[in-house]
Amino acid sequence: MSFVTSVTETEVLGARALQRTLVRISHEIVERHSEGAPPVLIGMRTRGVPLAERIAQSISHFASAPPPTGALDISLHRDDIPLRNATAPLRTSVLPAAIDDRVIVLVDDVLFTGRSIRAALDALIDYGRPAAIELAVLIDRGHRELPIRPDYIGKNLPTHREDEVLVRLAETDGRDEVVLRSRTPAASAQT
Amino acid sequence: MITQPQTEAPVSPVPAGDPTGQQVSWRHRHLLDVDALDTAEIERLLQSTAAMEEVLQRRVARTPALRGITVVTLFYEASTRTRASFELAGKILGADVINLSAKGSSVEKGESLIDTVRTIGAIGADIVVMRHPQAGAPYLAARHSTARIINAGDGTHAHPTQALLDAYTLQKALGDLQDKRICIVGDIKHSRVARSNLWTLTRLGATVTLVAPQSLLPPGLNQNHPLGLPAVRIDDDLDRALEDADAVIALRLQRERAAGVQVPSLREYARRYQITRERLGLARENAPVLHPGPLNEGVEISPDVARGLQSEIERQVQHGVAVRMAVLYLLARGGA
Repeated sequence: MSFVTSVTETEVLGARALQRTLVRISHEIVERHSEGAPPVLIGMRTRGVPLAERIAQSISHFASAPPPTGALDISLHRDDIPLRNATAPLRTSVLPAAIDDRVIVLVDDVLFTGRSIRAALDALIDYGRPAAIELAVLIDRGHRELPIRPDYIGKNLPTHREDEVLVRLAETDGRDEVVLRSRTPAASAQT
Repeated sequence: MITQPQTEAPVSPVPAGDPTGQQVSWRHRHLLDVDALDTAEIERLLQSTAAMEEVLQRRVARTPALRGITVVTLFYEASTRTRASFELAGKILGADVINLSAKGSSVEKGESLIDTVRTIGAIGADIVVMRHPQAGAPYLAARHSTARIINAGDGTHAHPTQALLDAYTLQKALGDLQDKRICIVGDIKHSRVARSNLWTLTRLGATVTLVAPQSLLPPGLNQNHPLGLPAVRIDDDLDRALEDADAVIALRLQRERAAGVQVPSLREYARRYQITRERLGLARENAPVLHPGPLNEGVEISPDVARGLQSEIERQVQHGVAVRMAVLYLLARGGA
């Protein structure tokens, strides 16, 4: 006997809401860093990278120059790879020349257990000693396993552990949207 | 040791059919030669190499990616750069590295290759990097080993990581290798590097010309045999072959493998096959010159070319570490 699982998909953010959310995050970053050098925006591969670029673009509307951006691949610092295979291709990290004494805003699409952020912090420290590291996420879906807290949150989304949050971006997926995919056990089909 | 999954860790949200983060397992347990890799796999290795090269430039060039993995280098033949770069690659990725050589091990007491490899596996090695004077030895080891085997050179047969670092060096100098004309000059017959180069470069779309005297060409070239080498052009006139060449790979005359008796005289060989500055002028402007080392300066390459602006020899050595990091990482963590 088998269980039939039904999958429901709910839109969390549409294209326009997603863009508005990023603009709001940009405002919050600018407000907090009105003095001193602009923070460095570092996107976590894969989808954190276009998000960081868009936030930088949006900040450039009220700053003299767009803030520097970078891209970080955390594969080599993950703690779950011995359990799970590293099947995603390794990509090159690209960081601005010096991050010493700069404020860094790490940008990721979904904050879940916090383990990726832990890996990103470890990787960043190998490049130098930033003045501070802040965290911006498009979606905070809860279920943290580590003491990690975001500074800028696009949207708080209550989820079940088994749910999937799918972030699609024009740059990587051809369109902008955030979808919540939940699996709910349904009555098995009659035979 | 590689731990097996006990429970499924929560999978981070990556949609299926993702165009940028394709989830692809590495399907090879061992790396015995490049002929087992398809073009996409070679490209993935080179892309991973670029990521590893960036790691080498970090202020702290250390990552915990292979923490808990034990790598054993088992060398039955002399080596400086290959062994040192494998050891460094393993350490940068956080693996424990143990170096064994035939000299001073139980091999001297007559232990067979199969027994040695089984013993190393029983000790808990995850990966064995192996060099052996006999072609095919790593294949035999792979059949009897619980550890993964990386061929670091077997006789005159194959040297896959050297070929991969050559391809990486050429890609960095020339861009996409599709339709690029690459000249491999010298002792092809005894060169495991040349054989592995042929597979790698032709799979990346390059046109390869081999230049050597008849006595230093291997049998079985261009015979369209299913187990034979890929099709190449062959020329015994170096000047003609160098015209319009995009890159040159010079090979060492392997006097320890009796290549010395297969050329009439070193002076005559050098006169016809040495890469000199004048000859290099026939190739494309700024054509990179590669050499797998060690060099016989004044035989297959002139000292001014070896140290000249077009020489990639030092960069090859640097790329060697990054390539070997990529290979260790994919074999240990790639999922096969």
